Amino acid sequence: MENSNIKTTGNVFVENPRMTARNVDVYYGDKHAINDVTIDIGEQEVIAFIGPSGCGKSTFLRTLNRMNDTIDICRVEGTIALDGQDIYAPSVDVVPLRARVGMVFQKPNPFPKSIYDNIAYGPRIHGLTKSKSELDDIVESALEKAGLWNEVKDRLDQPGTGLSGGQQQRLCIARAIAVSPEVILMDEPCSALDPIATAKVEELIEELKSQYTIVIVTHSMQQAARVSDRTAYFHLGDLIEVGNTEQIFTNPSHQLTQDYITGRFG
Amino acid sequence: MTLTSLLIILTVISLAFYFIAKRTVLIARSNGQVFHSLPNYYGLWAGSLAFFPAVVVLILWSIIDIQLFQSWVRDFYPPEILAAGGSQAIVALAKVENIVAGIRFGEPEAWVLQAGDAWIGWAATSTMLKSAVVLGLATVCGLIAYRQIDSDFRARNGVEKLISYGLIAASTIAILTTIGIVLSVLFETIRFFQLVPPTDFIFGTEWNPQFEGAERAGSGGGEAKYGMLPMFAGTLLISSIAIIVAVPVGLASAVYLAEYASPKVRSTVKPLLEILAGVPTVVYGFFAALTVAPAIKGLGESLGLTVASESALAAGLVMGVMIIPFVSSLSDDVINAVPQSLRDAAYGLGSTKSETTRQVVLPAALPGIVAAVILAVSRAVGETMIVVMAAGLAANLSFNPLDAVTTVTSQIVTILVGDQEFESAKTLSAFALSTMLIILTLGLNFFALQIVKKYREQYD
Repeated sequence: MENSNIKTTGNVFVENPRMTARNVDVYYGDKHAINDVTIDIGEQEVIAFIGPSGCGKSTFLRTLNRMNDTIDICRVEGTIALDGQDIYAPSVDVVPLRARVGMVFQKPNPFPKSIYDNIAYGPRIHGLTKSKSELDDIVESALEKAGLWNEVKDRLDQPGTGLSGGQQQRLCIARAIAVSPEVILMDEPCSALDPIATAKVEELIEELKSQYTIVIVTHSMQQAARVSDRTAYFHLGDLIEVGNTEQIFTNPSHQLTQDYITGRFG
Repeated sequence: MTLTSLLIILTVISLAFYFIAKRTVLIARSNGQVFHSLPNYYGLWAGSLAFFPAVVVLILWSIIDIQLFQSWVRDFYPPEILAAGGSQAIVALAKVENIVAGIRFGEPEAWVLQAGDAWIGWAATSTMLKSAVVLGLATVCGLIAYRQIDSDFRARNGVEKLISYGLIAASTIAILTTIGIVLSVLFETIRFFQLVPPTDFIFGTEWNPQFEGAERAGSGGGEAKYGMLPMFAGTLLISSIAIIVAVPVGLASAVYLAEYASPKVRSTVKPLLEILAGVPTVVYGFFAALTVAPAIKGLGESLGLTVASESALAAGLVMGVMIIPFVSSLSDDVINAVPQSLRDAAYGLGSTKSETTRQVVLPAALPGIVAAVILAVSRAVGETMIVVMAAGLAANLSFNPLDAVTTVTSQIVTILVGDQEFESAKTLSAFALSTMLIILTLGLNFFALQIVKKYREQYD
């Protein structure tokens, strides 16, 4: 299509991309962590990044909302655009960017505040509401979308850290949803959860798909297969193969992908 | 045998038990016997059992035998001294103790010499008995421990128990010392309150302890006034000024160091800030009295204000600078301990650096920051030198920072410096002031802990 010298196998482009990454390189000091990655992230799709540890999938995820800015020695080259606008352009402010591209982390990290304040944090700092009742509505709808409302509606003033691990992670997802992002980045969101909590979060991802674009990094290939529409396989900083999830898991084109999927390493 | 040589022999015996027990187990192990614990533990068990009971007996004996001699020696006192009691008896005891120590002033009375000789005799017997008992106890206990060694004996558990007893003993010493301090002050305070009614002391607004010297010089006269309020007002005033300086500056520099500074800057600035904590308070005192106070006076007078040449403001400002490192260094450590994941969460939602710091990091670090501030407040309340040098000694009941005031601690110093008779209300008032100061700081700590409990945000 646009770029012919792409070394990634499969189809990296989609019809109506939400985010586009072109020839992205990431360096940590002298270390070359991401090597010339080009990929589209489509509207309302769930795309999973898989690959062995240290392959750069989390690093690449964090470039999508400039979380790597908080690391001094990290340097990003190439272009990443959200709705056609380069997010690394000097004129772009990271504050609204991160409101549009939310993030959920590996370990549930609720603020040491009440459940209500956890959800209300984002809307407050971005000044999204004019009145208390509007804020109440946002909190309620975010918790409802995260499937947590019925479990916590009677104890919104209790600390968020008092919830179970799975509830905490859904609280973090609700917190991200509360600022109405367009894209939600999830960095191994279930790796600290038990199977039942994991199932709940996966169910949630399924429901959120209709409204948000979701990028999920996961170590679990079953999880990638269950929740994602497309899958991207990273290997030592290279994006090896991108394709529909079903095709990647049943009929991978690249030898490395096949080796990883079949459990030869990883 | 002197105490030192006795201790050395005791140590040698204990070490011998340690090595013998360890060696025994090592040899038995090399012969194929299986032991519950490692050889080292058997050694430690035997060594400790030889050492500690003997040391406890040694310490107790050394304390008690002098007490006994002091009561026995009373039999030698002439009846008139016994009848007079009080200071006479103390003088008599001192005379005897001088003889025992080999010091002679002039020609001592015959009974003193006899008493001294008797004391020396008792001491010799006691030392001999003590050596025998202590060394015997060490050997017996060591042997008992040594006999216990076999494959089933759980030496490791025994040593763990001993360690826990040791830790309990250490914390008991700290607690007992505190109780001792409180009690010693409390008894003198009760004596003071027998001379001056507590209500006069606690609610009195005038502080004018009668100086005997002033009375002799004819300028005394009038009634002595022991109202503590002026000093507590002064303490609160100066400490408040210090806190108003130290908390914002200290906290801001802690936030800078922890959140904004590059590691290189941090590693230079933090030690520099901590140097402030190492400056002797006397030096701060000069600085306050010779540099800051005149500057404030000059500035105030150019604005048309009346400023005392020794003002609460000068002392408070310098004291504030002195306690900055307490606030900044401790808060910096606490802020650093807030998990990075919380910052990531805030950044991930689009917070700026200062929003993250104010709304997430500082609330999470609050208990530690409050602890740092409490420590700084205690330093400020207890600080004496700067106040003596820079704020004057005038016990004015005033909340004007430009007046000369005095604090509780600096009054205590003034009262207790030099020769004092312990029977006068003036001297005893120092102890009453100390008691009130202890109550004040305890109250502050309690209050601060309640605040921490209320606003604590528990992470992880």
